[in-house]
Amino acid sequence: MTVRRTARREISLRAREALYGYGFILIWVVGFALFTLLPLVETFLYSRNQVTVTATGITLNFVEWANYTRALLTDPNFVELLIGYTIETLVSVPIVLIFAMIIALFLNVRFKLKGLFRVIFFLPIVITSGPVIKELTAQGAASAPGIADIPAVVEFLAELPSAVRTPVQYLLTSFILILWFSGVQILIYLASLQKVDRSIYEAAAIDGASGWEAFWKITLPSLSTATVVNAIYTIVTLSHFSENRVIQYIYNQTYNVQGGIGYASAMAFIYFGLMILLLAAIYFFLMQWAKRESR
Amino acid sequence: MTQILHHPVTDRLRGVLFGNRVHRGWVFSAVLYALLIAIGFVYLHPLLFMFVTSIKSPGDLLNPMVQWVPTEFFLGNYIKAFRVLNYPQTLLASILVSAVPSLLQTVVASLVGYGLARYRFWGKRLVLVLILATFIIPPQNTVIPQMLTYRNLGLLGNPLALIIPALLGQGFRSAIFILIFYQSFLSLPKVLEESARLDGASDLRIFFTIAVPSAIPAYIVSFIFSVVWYWNETFLTVIFLGGGTTTLPMQLSRFTQAYENLYPPGVVNIFDRLNEAVKMSGTFLNILPLLVMYFILQRWFVESVEMTGITGE
Repeated sequence: MTVRRTARREISLRAREALYGYGFILIWVVGFALFTLLPLVETFLYSRNQVTVTATGITLNFVEWANYTRALLTDPNFVELLIGYTIETLVSVPIVLIFAMIIALFLNVRFKLKGLFRVIFFLPIVITSGPVIKELTAQGAASAPGIADIPAVVEFLAELPSAVRTPVQYLLTSFILILWFSGVQILIYLASLQKVDRSIYEAAAIDGASGWEAFWKITLPSLSTATVVNAIYTIVTLSHFSENRVIQYIYNQTYNVQGGIGYASAMAFIYFGLMILLLAAIYFFLMQWAKRESR
Repeated sequence: MTQILHHPVTDRLRGVLFGNRVHRGWVFSAVLYALLIAIGFVYLHPLLFMFVTSIKSPGDLLNPMVQWVPTEFFLGNYIKAFRVLNYPQTLLASILVSAVPSLLQTVVASLVGYGLARYRFWGKRLVLVLILATFIIPPQNTVIPQMLTYRNLGLLGNPLALIIPALLGQGFRSAIFILIFYQSFLSLPKVLEESARLDGASDLRIFFTIAVPSAIPAYIVSFIFSVVWYWNETFLTVIFLGGGTTTLPMQLSRFTQAYENLYPPGVVNIFDRLNEAVKMSGTFLNILPLLVMYFILQRWFVESVEMTGITGE
């Protein structure tokens, strides 16, 4: 008798808890349905239609996958832009990760003027906006100072096959910009560095491990979660950046008489698909690495 | 040879130069500072370049001898850029368009984060996955239907077009703020809240009187990051506000056009043509409010992760 009563009480308590939980997140669920799910479905609908904008609204004309085949097979620019985006992402992500990790390791050491250097390295968080980057790139202020202009470098670049030249050229002309995207990543690395237990290092030092060995055997494995988080964050920020050429192309096509909303929506989905693919590839690569490291 | 290597004096010297268990040693320190200064310079190079160029007079711009030190502190570019940007008005619009959605988004994110951190209910994992999904889904996959809806409602160009999604937890990068609050509340001890519940306090009351005050750092960090990200956002603002409100970055992105409206190229003399110094002044004016905010609140940016109790996941 008492057992059953406590059991019922337990159930009603759990139901009450769930109810309040739903109460707290209700506003988000409504927003998600209205501002993410519904528009996503609508965009997919547009992507399979020829969309014409009229004074009163829009008219749809079902064309199956024609917008998709046009983007991938007939459009002379889109596939090339996608390849460029893939190369840029694959070049940028490792650089951002390694750079952020090095800076975080530096900032984790105790030294004078640390506060000043911290302020410098987090400054880009505040100023990286599309128009600012565009102006700086236009003035040539975004390349590594001087390197891209050295005649020997220019000659060397001309000798390279184009498959190698494009990433190297991108690296040289946008080096600082790539670094500027690492502010938040440095913060995340610093946070996980500070969680590493000091006593592990002491134990390792007593066993005769050098600082170098300690880095590879202790520090790096403990940064694996942060590395995965940072990789995802980096890919997403780079892919959503408003000066990203694919995004600009899709945006311009939206208002184009030729393409219009339907075509732009199809391209948006192809781009999204590619982005997921890149995310998955880098995620699994890092997971493999993390598994090996922790062994 | 081995005698010299292990002589106490050489040991001392090696300790001073390369460090031992207690000290770091000069060589290591020198390398550390050299690297930090080099990277710091590369990092600040675009900013220095922007500032130096912005105070160059037209004469200095043409003079190949003048690279990093202008002959005079020329403010003419700033006066022009100020006028072209329509500064007071666009500044006010930028502040409005970034502060109001940020405030709402922070409050809503804290409610959602608290709900996820403190209550057990069916479907919580799904909600967390969907929150992550809202971070990953590119804006161009959802923006067109929203724009068409706003057009039908007559809200295009109105700041409400940015405020309403923020109010419903779908603002710019809302997912990150929800996760910040989720982590924050998870890391706070439950004891106070449980004892208040035993005393008969309602859940909302517990949230406002106990949870909110203990998560103040998370609120401040979320709000200032949100302001920065809204300020710098141009993809959504151009689509939703275009034709109505003009923010600073929006005006900067059509700087050339706006400049030629004010100073028609055929009419003004050669020194008043658009040059890179004026453009850089405009860019600098654009980031100036954020720079001021950053230097005043730098502790909150630099130590944000520690202050909010985020554990990394």
